[in-house]
Amino acid sequence: MPILEQAPPESRVLADSVPPPAEQGVRVILDDAGIRRSITRIAHEILERNDDAESLYLVAIPNGGVPLARLLVENLKQIGGRDIPLGILDTTLYRDDLVIRGERPRLRETEMPSSVDEKLVILVDDVVSTGRTIRAAMDALMDFGRPRGVQVVSLVDRGHRELPIKIDYVGKNIPTRADEKVRLRGQGAGDDPLEVVLMTHADEAVGGPAEAGWGERR
Amino acid sequence: MIGNDLLGIEDLPREDIETILATAERMQEIGTREVKKVPTLRGRTIINLFFEPSTRTLSSFEIAGKRLSADVVNFSVSNSSVSKAESILDTAKTLDAMDPDCVIVRHGVAGVPKRIADVLDAPVINAGDGYHEHPTQALLDLLTVHQEKGRIDGLTVAIIGDILHSRVARSNIYGFTKMGAEVRVAGPPTMLPSNVEALGVKAYTSLREVLEGADVVMALRIQTERLEGAFFPSIREYSATFGLDRAKLRYAKDDAIVMHPGPVNRGVELSHDLADHRPSVILDQVRNGVALRMAVLYLLSGRPSRAKAKDAEG
Repeated sequence: MPILEQAPPESRVLADSVPPPAEQGVRVILDDAGIRRSITRIAHEILERNDDAESLYLVAIPNGGVPLARLLVENLKQIGGRDIPLGILDTTLYRDDLVIRGERPRLRETEMPSSVDEKLVILVDDVVSTGRTIRAAMDALMDFGRPRGVQVVSLVDRGHRELPIKIDYVGKNIPTRADEKVRLRGQGAGDDPLEVVLMTHADEAVGGPAEAGWGERR
Repeated sequence: MIGNDLLGIEDLPREDIETILATAERMQEIGTREVKKVPTLRGRTIINLFFEPSTRTLSSFEIAGKRLSADVVNFSVSNSSVSKAESILDTAKTLDAMDPDCVIVRHGVAGVPKRIADVLDAPVINAGDGYHEHPTQALLDLLTVHQEKGRIDGLTVAIIGDILHSRVARSNIYGFTKMGAEVRVAGPPTMLPSNVEALGVKAYTSLREVLEGADVVMALRIQTERLEGAFFPSIREYSATFGLDRAKLRYAKDDAIVMHPGPVNRGVELSHDLADHRPSVILDQVRNGVALRMAVLYLLSGRPSRAKAKDAEG
């Protein structure tokens, strides 16, 4: 780091113009612009299918669902002229593999601004595969009331379903091998663009959007 | 990832404390829901093995377990004499044969939870052992302070009262110093362990001095039921010298908070007024206790057993 800081301005410009070396086994399959286009289309589809927009309630599944749901809320406001409530629902405590895994995953944020009674809930996730997270999310959702209906948005459907879960709005179908990983990276704000990457040599170090660690105020 | 048992703060690495606190902060949200229950530990059995009477800690662990959907069984064994150490282990082994996923132990003698952990397959949580440690109390105190102050690092924490006989003080001294706070203790000289400064704290015998610049003031309970022999002339004298009220609290920082592990001897450690109102955060401590214990139960219970883990290693 200090070396870069001490480098004269010319060489920094030069360094910027050289593309960063491609990460081994990591391929970008959806860039920021593509993601935004998909989300805009999905916002139109949601309003097309549900004529009572006042009962809509978006629920993001962290971490990847959160930046996408924020984008959707913006789009829905632009298109439909209405503020749609946005909740965040962590599904970790509802997972079906906690006992088998042994290790305990880190809990993520849950913040549901109001009850979901009689609401039309749109669950938003970044990548759906086995369908187990959506199953867990539906269980969790029922602890916050009795929604009138539940629909699911996923930016990527990568197949390998293990449960009878249907995705109502898909950004992109991406056929994958079971041992590959698909991740959404970035927050989509400032100079942190969103991108979906396919990792052929799954490396846990390349995770989803960074989580706030303990000690950082939320 | 934290180890198998939670026996004390002394041997708990700082990163494990942070994992537990981060998890507890998430668990707090469940307590605000209308349905205060998640299915995480469904089908798991948690045993509260208490050799000492307890209402608060026992019910806190019980509620924590139930909010995670575990089946919670309370075994209260009143006889806790040291000479029956053998039968304590027998009791523990008997319980172990019932395949619990976690055993929570309180005992009047230091080290008993450790001895039980040595023979049990299930993880063991120390809910207070003699004058040794009470780790979940210290962790819930850390959680409460972090919630109030936004940090622990760099704070000044004054612990006041019977340091000698307090497992709460000991666990909190380890916990707060590990997390970067400056810890001071004060009390009658007879109630300060002679080597207390070896724990990395400063000892005072003047209330005014210990309060000077404190961000957190923690009063300890005078455990009249446990004290044998004379440690101070009278309760009234203790209260006059080390009891806190609003006037004395002015020596501390303007935004200092007051804590107490409960139950408060009103008019002894704290004035009535201080026991009930801000800046005391005693009921927040109780509330946080449930979330904190949920976090510990989530992180420890129902993981593949010790025996299986050893098999996997071998």
